[in-house]
Amino acid sequence: MSTASALAIRGLVKAYQPGKPVLRGIDLDIGPGGLTAIIGASGTGKSTLIRCINRLVEPTAGSIVFEGRDLVQLDRRRLREARRTIGMVFQEYNLVERLSVMENLLCGRLGYVSAWNAWWRRYPQADIDRAFELLDIVGLSGFEHRRADGLSGGQRQRVGIARAVMQNPRLLLADEPTSSLDPRTSVDIMQLLANLGQSLSVPVIVNMHDVDLARRFASRIIGMADGGIVYDGSPNDLSDEQLRAVYGGEGWLS
Amino acid sequence: MLVGWIALATYVVMAGARLDFSIERFVVGLDNAQRFLDRMFPPEILQADSMVRGLVESLEISVLASCAGIALSLPLGVLAARNLMPAWVSWPARALIALCRSFHPVIVAILFVKAVGFGALAGILTLTVASVGFIGKLFAEAIEEISLKQVEAVRATGAPFASVLAYGVLPQVMSRFVGFATYQVDSNLRNSTMVGIVGAGGIGSTLFAAFQRFDYSFVCAILLAIIAMIMVGETLARLVRSILGIDARRSDA
Repeated sequence: MSTASALAIRGLVKAYQPGKPVLRGIDLDIGPGGLTAIIGASGTGKSTLIRCINRLVEPTAGSIVFEGRDLVQLDRRRLREARRTIGMVFQEYNLVERLSVMENLLCGRLGYVSAWNAWWRRYPQADIDRAFELLDIVGLSGFEHRRADGLSGGQRQRVGIARAVMQNPRLLLADEPTSSLDPRTSVDIMQLLANLGQSLSVPVIVNMHDVDLARRFASRIIGMADGGIVYDGSPNDLSDEQLRAVYGGEGWLS
Repeated sequence: MLVGWIALATYVVMAGARLDFSIERFVVGLDNAQRFLDRMFPPEILQADSMVRGLVESLEISVLASCAGIALSLPLGVLAARNLMPAWVSWPARALIALCRSFHPVIVAILFVKAVGFGALAGILTLTVASVGFIGKLFAEAIEEISLKQVEAVRATGAPFASVLAYGVLPQVMSRFVGFATYQVDSNLRNSTMVGIVGAGGIGSTLFAAFQRFDYSFVCAILLAIIAMIMVGETLARLVRSILGIDARRSDA
């Protein structure tokens, strides 16, 4: 199993306050492709789990082996090198509001160009060509000079996804990418993530609330409750009983 | 409550009596002011070369001090921002900024005149300190108010720290920094006319010499020249701000 997995998480614990773990020893293997949806109620540690992978949140214990290296043990320099191969999409897009769409896309290359060249906006032509290509793919051609704060939510998330893909990632993380969007835009964004994951042949891990969206786009669903994994399987096998274990209660299921 | 008001009233009356702060004293003062004003007008330029030299020197002091102050407060403000730096970095930086702000420029100017001698250097150092205190403090506060989500996203791409600053932090605060800086240029120009009074160079020394010789008509001419210079400076600063689309008080443009 470990040879086939791109990401192997073992015994992952995160406690923001000592003695109150948010993640209680997660074991999880992610294969080399496909879209994995992590579902669960708010506060069950989905977001913490995904942020531990690129160490925006520092794990308390455990290991996260990605491409043969334990991310938890990396020093700052190696962590930066690892981060540039892991693209991340955020719930609130987290674009740099006052920069143009093109500059936001090129942020995805900051791990590869020197700070000096980045300051003077000197990027390799290949990066710029790739940025225009991605703008086209996410449906924003012609928007390169628009400032990020002038875009709609759906457009911002497309820029956020394009920025992550600019990194040439070997893993894509998305932390509730559709939770701030309307239902129709949510479907478009999930479609885009699924398609890009497939065409880049990289694994995609998406946190989400919406079970229907997860069923529709994920090849695998992880259900989390109370800091642990309570369901791990294909979308088709996810029964109402199992959903009850994930979310608790049943009034909402009717 | 009532006791407090009575105490305050008593103190005001007592302090007024001790300092001879009275109507009679004010009337005597008015007489004096009348004579002073009579001797001021018409204004007269007695030593044109000294006045021009003083004005030019004040301008030079303010420009040099502004450049040095802006150049120093940009990195110092970043170091002082508690949301970017660990405490062992931000504390010394904050202490340095607080020190720059703790004395009035007149006191700082006297200290520098004693330390490095009479002349423009003392004035430049004085206004540099004032600039670092003002711009550094406001800039650090502006950085502490930024959205960390944008910073987090840039960090997540594996960007080195300098690039995180350039892409995640500075775009959020640069227009406010320029606003603070142009405001301080304005303020430095005003203060550069003052430091000469304590011997730190500029038009202030010419003004002080004229006072001591009782050349009040020349004093008047110098004061009018200072007003003209400040107004030109303010107009230029406003022009710069409007070109950059920046409001000095709150710049979210």
